[in-house]
Amino acid sequence: MADATRITVNGAAHDALAEPDTPLLYVLRNDLGLNGPRFGCGLAQCGACTVLLGGKPIRSCVTPLSAAASAPITTLEGLGTAEHLHPLQRAFLDEQAGQCGYCIPGIIMSAAALLANQPAPTDAQIREALNGNLCRCGSHTRIVRAVKRAAGQ
Amino acid sequence: MRRPARLTRRQLLKGTGILVVGFSLAGCVDRPSSVAQPARAMTPTARTPATAMAQGVTEQAPGPAPTPAQPAAPPATALPPVAAPAAVAAPTAAPSRLSAPPALGRRGASAASSIDSWLVIGRDELVTVFSGKVELGTGVRTALAQIVAEELDVPVDQIRMEMGDTDRTPDQGYTAGSKTIQTAGVALRQASAEARQALLELASSRLGAQLGQLQIQAGVVTVQGDPSKRASYGELIGDQRFERQATGRAPVKRPEQHTVVGTSVPRIDLPGKLTGAASFVHDIRLPEMMHGRVIHPSGIGATLLSVDETSLASLPWSVRIVRQGSFLGIVAEREEQAIQAARTLAVTWTGGGGLPPFERLHEQLRGQSGGTGDLEAAMRGAVTRLSATYTWPYQAHASIGPSCAVADVRPDGATVWSATQGVYQLRGALSQLLRMPAEQVRVIHVEGSGCYGHNGADDAAAAAVLLSRAVMRPVRVQWSRQDEHAWAPHGPAMRMELHGGVGANGTVTGWDFSVWTPTHSSRPGGAANLLAGQLVDGGGGAGRSGGGGGGGERNARHDYTFPSNRVRGHAPGASPLRTSAFRGLGAPANAFANESFVDELAAAAGADPVAFRLRHLSDPRSIAVVQAAAERFGWQPRPSPSQSGSDPAVGRGIAFSRYENANAYVAACAEVEVDRGSGAVRVRRLVAAHDCGLIVNPDGLTNQVEGNLIQATSRALKEQVTFDDARVTSTDWRGYPILTFTEVPDVEVVLLNRSDQPPVGAGEPATLPVAPAIANAIFDATGARVRAVPLTPERVKAALS
Repeated sequence: MADATRITVNGAAHDALAEPDTPLLYVLRNDLGLNGPRFGCGLAQCGACTVLLGGKPIRSCVTPLSAAASAPITTLEGLGTAEHLHPLQRAFLDEQAGQCGYCIPGIIMSAAALLANQPAPTDAQIREALNGNLCRCGSHTRIVRAVKRAAGQ
Repeated sequence: MRRPARLTRRQLLKGTGILVVGFSLAGCVDRPSSVAQPARAMTPTARTPATAMAQGVTEQAPGPAPTPAQPAAPPATALPPVAAPAAVAAPTAAPSRLSAPPALGRRGASAASSIDSWLVIGRDELVTVFSGKVELGTGVRTALAQIVAEELDVPVDQIRMEMGDTDRTPDQGYTAGSKTIQTAGVALRQASAEARQALLELASSRLGAQLGQLQIQAGVVTVQGDPSKRASYGELIGDQRFERQATGRAPVKRPEQHTVVGTSVPRIDLPGKLTGAASFVHDIRLPEMMHGRVIHPSGIGATLLSVDETSLASLPWSVRIVRQGSFLGIVAEREEQAIQAARTLAVTWTGGGGLPPFERLHEQLRGQSGGTGDLEAAMRGAVTRLSATYTWPYQAHASIGPSCAVADVRPDGATVWSATQGVYQLRGALSQLLRMPAEQVRVIHVEGSGCYGHNGADDAAAAAVLLSRAVMRPVRVQWSRQDEHAWAPHGPAMRMELHGGVGANGTVTGWDFSVWTPTHSSRPGGAANLLAGQLVDGGGGAGRSGGGGGGGERNARHDYTFPSNRVRGHAPGASPLRTSAFRGLGAPANAFANESFVDELAAAAGADPVAFRLRHLSDPRSIAVVQAAAERFGWQPRPSPSQSGSDPAVGRGIAFSRYENANAYVAACAEVEVDRGSGAVRVRRLVAAHDCGLIVNPDGLTNQVEGNLIQATSRALKEQVTFDDARVTSTDWRGYPILTFTEVPDVEVVLLNRSDQPPVGAGEPATLPVAPAIANAIFDATGARVRAVPLTPERVKAALS
């Protein structure tokens, strides 16, 4: 039996009973029942699993549980709720930025990290910050608009 | 958090942990046809462009698409009573459907002539709509709800959409081919109009008023001049059946009466997706659910020789190994355990491979079925004759989320949650695979990551039922990224050969087009079309496709008025890779060839590409989209190439297509810059003009068209499936790169609303003109013609020198 690993997710502490090398993504999804972090590739190539660890965007599909105990974790669910939307969620709704929507949570997390450091990014900065997040439906231009809108531009 | 007790190696090897399940399904699965279909060719008469894919099974008629006016039997009385809609799940909370009890009864099947097959109105005023078409991420859940709201006169937020459930919704065939609005939307419109008519008649009787005195607002019927006389829909019919056959005669609203259709209602599903609600099949979690992984063969066509179960002895937890023929899977309590076991298990495969050299793919595709025929008729009067060959690669759907499914198979029945495009068709295939009567199998659609065609969704469902049956518990199967890129069906490679001539007056004298294409249609008509079905059957045919045609003829015809035409299709006997429908089927490749070649003829005639096209178009709607795109783009008339000599070279191109020569009209203009040194192409801007008849939701449509433009740019510039002699080698995002944020062009969409014309689909049409518009812009910028997609820097550089 693996020792419990204490992680803090969206402000609440959890003792995860998975092996320490278990990718954080499976703990978030399967043990905590979160849907925001999504499996895309398991290779840190697509960004669908992006969450914040200590405010920095990480790929939870390749981050071992043991490395996630060091700082608080924020997922899409920790940004806002349907009743109290985060400005990014509100902006994505306003711009109708998304088609299938599978990649969107990871993109919102990358954008949240960007806006924390750069409150008024240019289009080029937004595109650069999101370049590690893949979108297959082709919602890119709406997504860039939504991030600008969330930044109050 | 629950996790299984750690097992010792001894316990594991005693068999408490590992169980090799190996039972024969011989005879229960239809073998894939191994008979190569002969190449076919047919010569239609001149002046009648026609395709000659004799066996062309297309997605144009993907299955029954009943309308209320066209009864599809059985009679409505065969249906069980309708239960309270309160039990119906919220539309975006897929897993909560699990709480929809069997007491709701099986509606299913196809009593499509009855209003009750399509919708139920509850005492709480909520309208539950039963749609056989499913949401693939394109927004049809919202658009169909708008159509119902419009005809029924209820607010959109009173509508709950149930989409794709063999126990609940009608069989409307596959959700494919940009046909949901075109066929299902029209069917729902009529059904809703019938329901409205029935409600008016009920109100007339209850309120003691003539039909002509009644008016409806937001689901409430009132008597004109006496607002105290009122009855809501819930009061009139709440939770009861209409018990009424659709007549097909109830009047639908005229476009000028529309207040909901034609407006940009926000996507119903987006709030949940933006806040972490369970929205996808990946999010389904059942009590006692286990996690499965499939171990695919070492190469295409390889068969399973042996499994060394002792190779898992070092794992500190138990797993189940499931083997049937060459189908091999792992089931574990935890997902990461299944993944690690699948990676660790020592497996020996044999045989397979024999793929053609990648570089010779298109040569091989043409094979022996060539013959360009008599060109003389086509070339009569030509002062300039041109011939060119274009190629299109195998491409991957490349969904961001891999294929996933959940199955719960019990001795007396099976329930499967899948992102399939056809719940009834998948049910048929799974019932074959399980040797279980179809009525004991329930397939429920839950959204997957955007699919863009026939990806691995059905295959994941097949794997899930096999694994669930082996462990008699619910099993969730998710493919790895490598599984998805290597084993999902691919869009076929194609080869197009063209010959044409231009006369002294600058018009086209003749046109001769031939296409060689593997099949674009291998959906699960039976278990043999499921990858797991092929594997349990031995595996020798797994991962290949037989036959050709099937959708490859789409848009082989052009839409111009040339005086002489010949269009032929050829079906190679087999494809080295497994192929099926990918957004547009053969149309993007055919449009790439046709619209590139039109540009070549325009250049030969020394004509401006826009003017040259307009010279040969007669349909006013074709002309309108070409003019609208050129105008918005700011097109400056002149012949191509531009001769500017700048570096980077900048150019513009245009292309036009009418989807399936019968549906949406799209013209696109591209502006590109080409680095003359490296050959690298950047698409700066795309402008598209789009006419799909009556527009249901302008913003939703714009979103679809933008998505087509961007995805098609990715396909045009970057995408090709690569392989060696045994297997696909482009198995992740580095091997199969797609367009990223910094590479995405600016896109602009001009919508031409033809509210007097029937609504036709918009899921695919805007993909068609993108690749040729870009290739034409590269030619305009540099004078170099690239005739092979993807338009890679290497190819552009080679064409430059």
